Amino acid sequence: MQWEIVIGLEVHAQLSTRSKIFSGASTAYGAPPNTQACVVDLALPGVLPVLNKGAVEQAIKFGLSVDARINSSSIFARKNYFYPDLPKGYQISQYELPVVQGGNIQIQVGKVEKNIRLTRAHLEEDAGKSLHEDFHGMSGIDLNRAGTPLLEIVSEPDMHSSEEAVAYAKTLHALVRWIGICDGNMQEGSFRCDANVSVRPRGTEKFGTRCEIKNLNSFRFLEKAIDYEARRQIEILEDGGIIRQETRLYDANKDETRTMRTKEDANDYRYFPDPDLLPLEITQSWIDQLKEALPELPPARRRRYVNEFGLSAYDANVLTNSREVADYFENTVKHLPTQAKLCANWIMGEISGQLNKEGIEITDCPISPAQLGALLTRISDGTISGKAAKSVFESMWNGELDKNVDAIIEAKGLKQISDDSAIEKLVDEVLAANAQQVSDYRNGKEKAFNSLIGQVMKATQGKANPAQVNAILKKKLTG
Amino acid sequence: MTLSVNDVRRIADLAYIEINEEEAKAMLTQLSGIFNLIEAMQSVDTSTVEPMFHAQSVVQRLREDEITETDQRELCQSIAPQVEAGLYLVPQVIE
Amino acid sequence: MFNDSLKQLSSQLAEKKISSTELTTEFLKRIRELNPKYNAFITVNEEKSLAQAQVADKMLASGRAGPLTGIPIAQKDIFCAKGWLTTCGSKMLSNFVSPYDAGVIERFDQAGMVNIGKTNMDEFAMGSSNETSFYGPVKNPWDILAVPGGSSGGAACAVAARLTPAATGTDTGGSIRQPAALCGISGIKPTYGLVSRYGMIAFASSLDQGGPMAKSAEDLALLLNVMVGFDPRDSTSLQRDTEGYTRDLQKPLAGLRIGLPKEYFAKGMSKDVESAIEKALDEYRKLGAETVDVSLPNAPLSIPVYYVLAPAEASSNLSRFDGVRYGYRAKSYNDLGDMYRKTRAEGFGTEVKRRILIGTYVLSHGYYDAYYIKAQKVRRLIAQDFTEAYRQCDILMGPTTPTVAFNLGEKSNDPIQMYLSDIYTSAANLTGLPAMSIPVGFGDKNRPIGLHIIGNYFMEAQMLNVAHQYQQVTDWHLKSPV
Repeated sequence: MQWEIVIGLEVHAQLSTRSKIFSGASTAYGAPPNTQACVVDLALPGVLPVLNKGAVEQAIKFGLSVDARINSSSIFARKNYFYPDLPKGYQISQYELPVVQGGNIQIQVGKVEKNIRLTRAHLEEDAGKSLHEDFHGMSGIDLNRAGTPLLEIVSEPDMHSSEEAVAYAKTLHALVRWIGICDGNMQEGSFRCDANVSVRPRGTEKFGTRCEIKNLNSFRFLEKAIDYEARRQIEILEDGGIIRQETRLYDANKDETRTMRTKEDANDYRYFPDPDLLPLEITQSWIDQLKEALPELPPARRRRYVNEFGLSAYDANVLTNSREVADYFENTVKHLPTQAKLCANWIMGEISGQLNKEGIEITDCPISPAQLGALLTRISDGTISGKAAKSVFESMWNGELDKNVDAIIEAKGLKQISDDSAIEKLVDEVLAANAQQVSDYRNGKEKAFNSLIGQVMKATQGKANPAQVNAILKKKLTG
Repeated sequence: MTLSVNDVRRIADLAYIEINEEEAKAMLTQLSGIFNLIEAMQSVDTSTVEPMFHAQSVVQRLREDEITETDQRELCQSIAPQVEAGLYLVPQVIE
Repeated sequence: MFNDSLKQLSSQLAEKKISSTELTTEFLKRIRELNPKYNAFITVNEEKSLAQAQVADKMLASGRAGPLTGIPIAQKDIFCAKGWLTTCGSKMLSNFVSPYDAGVIERFDQAGMVNIGKTNMDEFAMGSSNETSFYGPVKNPWDILAVPGGSSGGAACAVAARLTPAATGTDTGGSIRQPAALCGISGIKPTYGLVSRYGMIAFASSLDQGGPMAKSAEDLALLLNVMVGFDPRDSTSLQRDTEGYTRDLQKPLAGLRIGLPKEYFAKGMSKDVESAIEKALDEYRKLGAETVDVSLPNAPLSIPVYYVLAPAEASSNLSRFDGVRYGYRAKSYNDLGDMYRKTRAEGFGTEVKRRILIGTYVLSHGYYDAYYIKAQKVRRLIAQDFTEAYRQCDILMGPTTPTVAFNLGEKSNDPIQMYLSDIYTSAANLTGLPAMSIPVGFGDKNRPIGLHIIGNYFMEAQMLNVAHQYQQVTDWHLKSPV
């Protein structure tokens, strides 16, 4: 039987506010334990929540950036369960009326574009952390993270492979960073994915029983966990078994998922509207104001890159993976507007490769867009060859000669020989010295031509303009 | 509606309150009586009525996104049952 | 001095006839003598109170004093006060020294009032007799065989026995008004949202409201001037212009239309209460008011609705008591779940557990709509009844309680009978309306009777005027059991 995998994702994005969603404590990461847990976060008797305007604004921005509906009135509800990292014994979340409803995200898998529908996005508070290193057989609770604002973004089950799920997660990840509502730091837990996975016979409508895989904190784990889980479910079904609805945990060391809790012991969360918080009202004028301040979004930029700059959809997609890269690209293109493809190639190739190698972000790139623009200008005006440019690039990266392109070309003697008469003279010399290859070529051995080009280039230490060498050589040999 | 001892045990479990057999039985009698009292409200037709979650119909006030709290760990942990290295200690959490 | 009004104490302090330190010392002495008999206080901290009195004396000396500077006030043990043991009447918080101040505590501190001690109360304010307190029951100073009412029973007793000139209470279903009535004092629950709930340990968040308890309406007005005010830390706190609650005290009552809800004069009210209320109403007619019959058809459903909503909110509000960060933790347990379950089984008393279980049940899967949502809908119908009634009258009156104080132990094993003590009072909490009780006489066994006055939203000044005018022509509020 052919199986179809069905995947929906729930993403928890920590919002990048200064203070917590319901208290004035700092959200900064990495402080000593419990130094950023104020009386409200600790749920001392008598304390009360007051909603952070910044968190609401970021949720609205997200809704606007995915063409969702912003509910003019939304409700905070209590999700009741006991856990030591949940100080109140309930999490303040949104249940029946979330702040953001609906929305769409376009993803690109290979050459194919696909639309993923969003169900909703709601505001809630994060829990603290349980630390399991041994305190005489006890666990330690750090509540610094308790009360950090989260936007839980829930997709429809519109994805059908781990590849699509990863593409969706990456697109969403890029988007929340793009609009500045989440730092996207997955190691620190700022962007966490849960995947709902089920399988069904291809061509059928009815959803299979799903399992939820919790806390996938890298795209690679997301991919592997979905692949494993789908395989597991298919094997069970093909052996005539049935899938139990349950929550599973991905174990990266063993590359497998395992049962965390079954539906039977699933909690009865007893959701009800939080009486300490009143309905959140969002006016149209507030929405309009935030809309105005929203940056140009990735889909719009992608369209512009294709239409204005003539880039491929693939290139446009890669360049808009982050706003910083896209901005870098545009600031480079400014210096040579007709050579967008050259700019794109260099940013996706040399720049990105070098950044990766050194593990730094493009915002810390030692070569500025203006400097890269200067280098690429020297390629496009024929001053240096592409190969020589790589050598110049290396020198610039290392900070040589104040990263002055022309000075480096000069110092390294990389200037191309583009003077026709000089090249002709060299060609003549090479032809004279290699009579055998000349006659081989004339007798139909095409390979001999390349050898002759090689000789010319060697004679100029690679500095001759290859296109010119090619043309002149051809003319002489056929003429 | 009739409650059973099992219901009492289930809700005690949800509420994380240990309850023995004897207590559960006594609780059942009292809760049944209270639910009989509560039942009176079921006779009213509320099909066209909106729930009234708050006594005042006002909307949520918003706080500016500013850090107003300082570190009070020492004070707050001076009243904690068990702490070590700035952490609240609890019996091992198993995930 | 013990029988003096706040106004009298205020002028004695202003005229330097007495210092706050002397006044505080006198009341502390009286508490030391009489509290063992009444059990009205859970915590008395003479050192802290006297330190505050000294600060007050400095304020008085330097001319920075307000009208209540230097006067002692007893705080219900539900208000977190920094450095004070704050137990909420529970074993669960029997070791909880609050690291922070409630909004109400801050306001009284700023006004220069002296915290004379933390008063006894039903555990987590759940009770109508003060018998659910982990610290033992409070006695009614009029008759030590009788309950003082609850949950603010310690506060009512302390004011009645003249252990303090003033006290704070909180009212979720009648917890200020019912004990005020049973102890023969005055108490007011203001409109929901006027008094900060920050630092007031939550029972049922959408119903809880703090308020003052004192001998007279005039005292209450002075106390409200301090207690009411916007608090940005409480999302349900209302932002309104400040008003002086004493401003209308002297207004004549001619033309006042008093609504008498027929549901509050129906069966259940005892004869002695009925006759005292009738006499009080006659007094009002003499003062120029007229009475009109009105109806609140859904008001009798207040108790069923209340016993769904209050436990529902409480079950969630009390989840934070888990033995992890503060408060009681069970001594022995097997694992984390066991620690939670034993801590909560041992730390909470029977009544609190009962209400947590009711609340957990009505919120649980499959029952939420039938109970919780249904109750919230009936709540709206009750509120609409009041809106309708206020088209025909200015203010509503009736009995605060159906009977005078019952005996200690009489209803403690019968929760339903106990719950019916709030039959007249809980509607004001469901609707958020302001309501008060003032003493209007004595009934069976010479136990006090209270008149219930329910005003329209934000009509506290008018209610205080109505109560004050009555107290100008009667002296029930001046009577003291000791």
